Amino acid sequence: MMGAAQQVLLGVEESAATPATETFGKRSPGPAAVVLRGLHKSFGSQKVLDGIDLTVKSGETLAMLGRSGTGKSVLLKLIIGLQRPDSGSIRVHDQEITCLGLDALNALRKNMGFLFQHAALYDSLSVEQNIAFPLKRHTKMTASERGDRVEQLLSSVGMESELKKMPSDISGGMQKRVGLARALALEPGILLLDEPTAGLDPITSGEINELILKLQEEHDMASIVVTHDLQSAKTIADRIALLHEGQVLIEGSFEDLEKSDNEFVSEFMKRDS
Amino acid sequence: MSKIVSHNASIPQRLIGQDAPPTPSLARATFTVLWIPINGFLEWFGELGLFSWQVLRAAVRRPFEGQELLRQFDEIGSKSLPLVALAGAAIGFVLALESRSSLVRFGAQSMLPAALVYSIIHETGPIVTGLVVSGRVGAGIGAELGSMKVTEQIDAIEASGVNPYKFLALTRILACILVLPLLTIAADFCGVIFGWIAETLAEPISFTRFINQGFVGATFKDFLAPTFRTVVFGLIIGMVGCFQGMRTQGGTAGVGLSATSSVVLSSLFVILADVILVKIILVFFS
Repeated sequence: MMGAAQQVLLGVEESAATPATETFGKRSPGPAAVVLRGLHKSFGSQKVLDGIDLTVKSGETLAMLGRSGTGKSVLLKLIIGLQRPDSGSIRVHDQEITCLGLDALNALRKNMGFLFQHAALYDSLSVEQNIAFPLKRHTKMTASERGDRVEQLLSSVGMESELKKMPSDISGGMQKRVGLARALALEPGILLLDEPTAGLDPITSGEINELILKLQEEHDMASIVVTHDLQSAKTIADRIALLHEGQVLIEGSFEDLEKSDNEFVSEFMKRDS
Repeated sequence: MSKIVSHNASIPQRLIGQDAPPTPSLARATFTVLWIPINGFLEWFGELGLFSWQVLRAAVRRPFEGQELLRQFDEIGSKSLPLVALAGAAIGFVLALESRSSLVRFGAQSMLPAALVYSIIHETGPIVTGLVVSGRVGAGIGAELGSMKVTEQIDAIEASGVNPYKFLALTRILACILVLPLLTIAADFCGVIFGWIAETLAEPISFTRFINQGFVGATFKDFLAPTFRTVVFGLIIGMVGCFQGMRTQGGTAGVGLSATSSVVLSSLFVILADVILVKIILVFFS
């Protein structure tokens, strides 16, 4: 069901009505990996999501933009089952997750990687142990196989020399890289990134963006990236959705958003540029 | 419109007048004031019940997180040992000094070893161990899990398909349950040894004689029930610490609050449980 605000948009109605078409893709997307329909979520009297409809296909990257507190991070947590919606449907690889039990949900989570806003590395474990954590629990790898895989993952994010360090001994940018390596450990089909460049300097942000692009090409995942960074969204996303007042206000390519004559969209794009 | 006017007309003027807003009665205000803390108290127990259920469910499902359990044995057991031993030793020493002056006054000086051993094994050892561990471990668990909660580490564990109730809570609760009796034995041992040292400093007595006099008439039952009462203390400390930690809200201030409330609540419940369990032990094991 399309949000009412979307109907007023000019030039993007077609793409909004048929989200995730090949129109926007830098790569050609596959079957639907995540499908959200009529998603509502409130905290007390505060309505955060008010009827979200979105589809993300395999091999496609969707960037979620919006003002602070518009429920972008909540949306990611709903998709991975950390929170439950008040109503609506969340289908991940054709499986409805809103009614799944803990065991089934945990099985599904093995196919999803989540990079938290502040990386959320386990501070009692070293960098190596952090990345080995999901491998140890969900695979039958031997210790040496695990070690090889950890080294391979750290090398792919340019952190191979920091194996034995503790999370508190590395910078914010490095923590994000380690968090990304941990999210990719089980080779997930869906990657959820919550503000991957927040709090980082422009050079490190650029490096993280390049890294995400490289990993997307290598792994061919469906990715949903929550960000405030328009440059980052432009670089890494095939499609962008702008959340406003609990609904998807506009959905399309970066150029579609730039061309939009909706007052809020224009203001949002202008302020950040 | 006319309907509304007619409806208002049937209401006394003082109730619809702007200058006379309805005031809550004293009974209503008192009820509200009383209800808020009662509601909070009931809510806390309700959430604790749900938390316990999640932990119980996690306990019977694989995998059993043996490695994390061993790590918690070390964190909770080995690292609490020096403090518990010191507390036991100090209590034994002081108890011997204080008891000696009282017993000498009544001419019952020869009863000192028995009085000391009985006091330490029956009450002082278990309760001192319970309170020391609730201070050290309760605060540690509350602060650690609270910090993990506010930095989204618990969410990260859940997002990676691992049950945090099992990995974080169950392992800590089990470790507390299993190490408390062992720590109590250590506290008892140190208490008796330092009680003997205190007695020897006042009036030399051989260790063998002290032990023989101390354990005269004592049975295995005297030792077993009070020591295993600390299993309940362990359950309380682990459960309250994990519960308070995992429900932390509000950043660093929330972490501090969780650590403090873990210590206060677990100490309080340990004392209450001690009162109840002493009565039960007296009824069933005497």
